[in-house]
Amino acid sequence: MLHLTINGLRVTVPEGTTILDAARSADIPIPTLCHHPKLTPYGGCRLCIVEVKGINRPVTSCTTPVAADMEVATTTPAIERMRKTILELILSDHPNDCMVCEKAGDCTLQELAYFYGVSDNRFEGERRCYTGKDHNPFIGRDMEKCILCGKCVRVCEEVQGVGAIDIAYRGFNAKICPPFEKDLSCEFCGQCVSVCPTGALTGKAWTQRGRQKDVREIDTTCPYCGCGCSLTLHVRRNEIVRVSSRDDTINEGWLCPKGRFGYTFVHSRDRLKTPLIKEKGVHREASWDEALDLIASRLSKIGKKHGPDAIGGLSSARCTNEENYLFQKFMRAVIGTNNVDHCARL
Amino acid sequence: MKSSLTIRICMGTGGIAAGGADVMAVFADQLATKGIRADIRKHCSIHKVGCRGLCAKDVLVDVIRNGDKTTYQYIKPDMVERIIEEHVVGGNPVQEWAVGEDYHQFHDKQIKVVLSDCGNINPEDIDSYISAGGYSALEQAVKMTPAETIALIKKSGLRGRGGAGFPTGVKWEICRSVDASQKYIICNADEGDPGAFMDRSVIEGNPHAVIEGMTVGAVAIGADKGYVYIRAEYPLAVERLRNALKQARERSFLGKNILGSGINFDIRVKLGAGAFVCGEETALIASIEGLRGMPRAKPPFPVYKGLWGKPTVINNVETLANIPHIIRKGAEWYASFGTEKSKGTKVFALTGKIRNSGLIEVPMGIPLREIIFDIGGGIENNRKIKAVQTGGPSGGCIPAELLDITVDFESLARVGSIVGSGGMVVLDETDCMVNIAKFFLQFTQSESCGKCVPCRIGTKRLLEILERVTAGKGRLGDIELLESLANDIKATSLCGLGQTAPNPVLSTIKYFRDEFEAHITKKKCPAGVCRDLLSFVVLKDFCKGCGACKRVCPAGAITGERKQTHAIDPEVCVKCGACFDACKFKAIGKG
Repeated sequence: MLHLTINGLRVTVPEGTTILDAARSADIPIPTLCHHPKLTPYGGCRLCIVEVKGINRPVTSCTTPVAADMEVATTTPAIERMRKTILELILSDHPNDCMVCEKAGDCTLQELAYFYGVSDNRFEGERRCYTGKDHNPFIGRDMEKCILCGKCVRVCEEVQGVGAIDIAYRGFNAKICPPFEKDLSCEFCGQCVSVCPTGALTGKAWTQRGRQKDVREIDTTCPYCGCGCSLTLHVRRNEIVRVSSRDDTINEGWLCPKGRFGYTFVHSRDRLKTPLIKEKGVHREASWDEALDLIASRLSKIGKKHGPDAIGGLSSARCTNEENYLFQKFMRAVIGTNNVDHCARL
Repeated sequence: MKSSLTIRICMGTGGIAAGGADVMAVFADQLATKGIRADIRKHCSIHKVGCRGLCAKDVLVDVIRNGDKTTYQYIKPDMVERIIEEHVVGGNPVQEWAVGEDYHQFHDKQIKVVLSDCGNINPEDIDSYISAGGYSALEQAVKMTPAETIALIKKSGLRGRGGAGFPTGVKWEICRSVDASQKYIICNADEGDPGAFMDRSVIEGNPHAVIEGMTVGAVAIGADKGYVYIRAEYPLAVERLRNALKQARERSFLGKNILGSGINFDIRVKLGAGAFVCGEETALIASIEGLRGMPRAKPPFPVYKGLWGKPTVINNVETLANIPHIIRKGAEWYASFGTEKSKGTKVFALTGKIRNSGLIEVPMGIPLREIIFDIGGGIENNRKIKAVQTGGPSGGCIPAELLDITVDFESLARVGSIVGSGGMVVLDETDCMVNIAKFFLQFTQSESCGKCVPCRIGTKRLLEILERVTAGKGRLGDIELLESLANDIKATSLCGLGQTAPNPVLSTIKYFRDEFEAHITKKKCPAGVCRDLLSFVVLKDFCKGCGACKRVCPAGAITGERKQTHAIDPEVCVKCGACFDACKFKAIGKG
């Protein structure tokens, strides 16, 4: 363990901890735009600069490991002035259309601009303007709002292992895009969307359905497969407008394209909401009790007449592991047969 | 004694561009016609040599007949016959084509260590290097312990020639001390400063010196793999380097079991794709690893975690080319050149408004004035010197009144510039300092990798402010805004590119604030460079009405009858300056 002081406060952290993590462990806030706790430190936004006694220039706290007896200051006037300069620079190349931005109210850049009071920007000049649209079905990419924090690139490479995007061009024209600026054609897991600190990356299905302040968050489990990822449904007026996942869940906040973008079936008019019983070739709606009673009686009759091996069970990949376990247990212990299988094996 | 003849033809990139290959072909051809066999090594040889510095006088040809050397300048293929006739056969040098006093003056104050063999040996022949003492340092080094080699380099005081000036021996020592299964040594030949060609010339003129220095370094730190990261825009250097590597392997100076010592080391050539930022060591490493050339935060420094996460020493071409000389001649010899803290010599690319532009090597601590006026021969067209820009886009401008400072790491840093990799651009009274700052900002902005905000957007905004100042749209407060932004970019940028990119702006404001003010408040460019601030008028007293200006004006802005005074309509004038150049009577006023 190493001892250091941050803003005069004594902090003890394990060796190898960054200054940023040390500060956060002591509830000392340091602003960042490009840092994500699960991704490799980047040091691109430069907002997390701090002063370290004995070092004659500011250092980025997200990339600098602590050293014994280090004396760190996080909010000196010089540091705060430089942070404001950086925010002014970012905002001088940003659409600043928070009025109509999906991300308003949930945008790290907007929040920092508010806290640093960036109203009169000293810098003006050319702003990146892109007219091309990405026609992929899921992810909205508005690169004019991109601040090149690189989180999307890192999450795609380090978490998803796909590497669908990277930075192209140099200098002011640097831009994050798929190869040759084609339309995005990846797995569409949307991990990039989940880490984007601005409105540059959004779900296309989310557009104008409700901002963060308008939604109620409901935690649930993803119905798509046995992994059982935790989902947070963002609900407005009893309608799911967006799906996300929290960092502290079993799936660490990461989702697949079905979990993240495949929720619109919930509100489909054609969706079955009750069991259907087929009589004389026609399906009629029934209650769960009626349906289960019918299944129980038919299974016992068939079992008695033809033996348990006349019955087979097929389960679904959309059930949880626990449900699938119960199902095979039911088939073996209650029905008495090993005829049980699962659609994911086919 | 047998008569001996050596003909050396300058065939660096500069020499070839001036027609060196043709000159060489004609020499070979003519000698054959005259029945002089030019292929017998030592007695009669004709070979190409690398750059010897004074590129402005290419093609340079040495004819050494029975030990007497005559150097010819500006040689064209049709001049070869007379040289052979009168000098080679007749024994009388063609004095009118020989180099003059300025050629000797250019060389007199130089001390050549790194460049000592450039221009003498044949860069494509390992024997030529060996006969000049080459690879004897490696033979020594494999018999020394790594600690002895490192101690020697430390004692010599050699500091990195790539810009930062970090002590080479210390870097090697740290890397040696790190425990790792694999280590690397990289030669940084990604020379990208505008106007700089030191490293290219060294590799073109003496590639084996770099290989030898690198191998000595590898033995010292315990690396068995090395890379030369060289720009693909240097095709001749790449070709000569690859050829030299092949020859070195054949002679057991590289590869497995070097010189029977049991040490293995080999070098691969990695071509850079022309990104300036890849000269930054962590970006260079990323590029070799196949990633986008972008720097990462340090620490960890490459000596601890470099290429593929392994300890890596990265040395500049010139640094490595010094190593064989230090091993051969000793640390004391090397340390006898230079100042207390900056030892040895430094190669500079001397360009701009200077008479003798070219490649020079001078001892550290030489007064800047001597470089400009003794070696460089002063300013072209007898104009007044205004400033010297050193260190390229990372450096600064040193004003004429500070010409008496010495050139070493510490003195240049004190006046707000740097030695850098060795670019030295001389500016005269016809150069606009705001425009110079703008030029360098254009370069750094377009070469920024885009990773960090201050460099990506900050340099863009600096450039835009400079653009409006030079366009006559500067505002009061722009100088202060430039200074404030420049200082914040310096302090907050991720890598050396961004941290030094504002230097050209800050140093020009520091020494030439009045020029900035003239642009902003008076809307005038004192040097008459910034087009938008110029106006052209016909001076009535001188105009003869010849119509020359009217004929060349692309905008039709000039009117006037023949033999009558002409006039320029400022509303139509596009300020191209064609009239100014066309007028034979100095009747066009510019200002």
